[in-house]
Amino acid sequence: MDASVTLKKLTEKFPDAIVGTHNYRGDDTAIVKKEKIRDICLFLRDDPDLLYNFMMDLTVVDYLGRDPRFEVVYHLYSLPHNRRVRIKALVPESDLTIDSVVSVWVAADWFEREAYDMYGVVFAGHPNLRRILLYEGFEGHPLRKDYPLKKRQPLIGPVN
Amino acid sequence: MSEISKDLHTEHMVINMGPSHPVTHGTVKFLATLDGETIVDLDVEIGYLHRGFEKMCENSTWQQVIPYTDRLNYVSPLINNTGYALAVEKLLGIDVPERCKYLRVIACELSRLSDHLTNVAAAGLELGAFTAFLYFVEARELVWDLIESLCGARVTVNYVRIGGLKNDLPERFEEKVRHVFKEVRRLWVDVDKLLTKNRIFIDRVRGVGAISAEEAIAYGFTGPCLRACGVPYDVRKAQPYLVYDRMDFEVPIGETGDNYDKYLVRMEEIQQSMRIVEQALAQMPDGPINVRLPQVRMEPKEKIYSRIDSLIYHFKTVVEGIKPPPGEVYLAVEGGNGELGFYLVSDGSGKPYKCRVRPPCFALTAAMPRLVKGRLLADIVPTFDMINMIGGECDR
Repeated sequence: MDASVTLKKLTEKFPDAIVGTHNYRGDDTAIVKKEKIRDICLFLRDDPDLLYNFMMDLTVVDYLGRDPRFEVVYHLYSLPHNRRVRIKALVPESDLTIDSVVSVWVAADWFEREAYDMYGVVFAGHPNLRRILLYEGFEGHPLRKDYPLKKRQPLIGPVN
Repeated sequence: MSEISKDLHTEHMVINMGPSHPVTHGTVKFLATLDGETIVDLDVEIGYLHRGFEKMCENSTWQQVIPYTDRLNYVSPLINNTGYALAVEKLLGIDVPERCKYLRVIACELSRLSDHLTNVAAAGLELGAFTAFLYFVEARELVWDLIESLCGARVTVNYVRIGGLKNDLPERFEEKVRHVFKEVRRLWVDVDKLLTKNRIFIDRVRGVGAISAEEAIAYGFTGPCLRACGVPYDVRKAQPYLVYDRMDFEVPIGETGDNYDKYLVRMEEIQQSMRIVEQALAQMPDGPINVRLPQVRMEPKEKIYSRIDSLIYHFKTVVEGIKPPPGEVYLAVEGGNGELGFYLVSDGSGKPYKCRVRPPCFALTAAMPRLVKGRLLADIVPTFDMINMIGGECDR
């Protein structure tokens, strides 16, 4: 099967940063190194053949026991070309930082905060990286696979 | 004037709205920094309804996730059901029968009706239009009666199954739809007369919460709020799923993206949803509603009690869950508020390895500070109404 336009252009432009691509069930996917993520996102947004102007979703998947352990997953949509792509950036447990893409799509602001909240991935350059769904004082990152399902958290707030 | 104000000692005041406040019909907290009545800065705090949806899904079988999806956007649960089922079916690589697709379209559009009716009703209520609220809640009750006759529940419907549906249409459903839509259209005209040209309503919503198309796209707006800015993006048209490509409907758009346009877009979409339901009912073929794959969709009880192979499949799907091949998919449907996406990762076991929901109102709520900065404190109310933040979906 032919690689789609997006994946072909990406591989041409960033031959060193692309670890692999696939097209499972028709979803274009590129697995990339995290160092170049901001440049890749800028390219995807601004190249006239791509124009991925929507950042639809950003999340993290924890592959416990694998190295690199985490994947930051971006789902992009191009309104002018009516196309979708998924970018997966590999983040090892030893270095949990990745560049923020808030300067590329402002929508990334809350999505990155949520990813930080749930998985502890640090987005370098994010203007306001703090917990969003959970509260300050929550211990750990609950969507990691090694976070116990029924773990109790210390009580917060005024003591009755 | 300037001489006087120079001497006036003014300082910013921080006002706390919520998390339990009459106008924040979703548990959310606003911290507004005010200069007089003008909003200088707004901090939105969400998470009060966080229940760990993803963690629960990762510890349930694929079928057990469906009731959880009811509780995402609890005003349009059938769309969430359908979106999740479609995503799992994409992961499995299966296609459902024709009749099932039509039934899902009908279910989705009834849900969208209830979503938009609730939103417009609540927006009217919070701006003092109590009559409009009562009219549209009556219309919503009628739509919920339809949904109840379809699946036995009004809010937590749990109707769609992976590879099919819980049941077929009840008897005389078309007749009921005709009756209900006649009433809804009558109420729609009443509300239209009450609100659309109402001076008080227009003064509160027109020009408030406006945003340009480029900025809305950058903020990740989808759904009625994006269409109000003049961008005709609708997942049902852009990437049709089910049988939306066979339906004749229009995608209404606005011009300025202000709250009045969002209201108008929603009012028109109510009409379009009713059109789609009528067309789907007219075109719907007879036939099965479930795929005939016993390892995905349970067989009828008579077969399970009489055939050993059906019994084994039943046991395995209930105890171990259905097992999609390892892989990942993203599937988007048009929810009540915009693009509702499901990103599923399977490791080949009976439980999702990852079950991510892309909630449309999450991106919309994130833009609240941008929409109200520089406006008056009272403008938070209509702007937040038209965002239609649903706590269950935003906080998961």
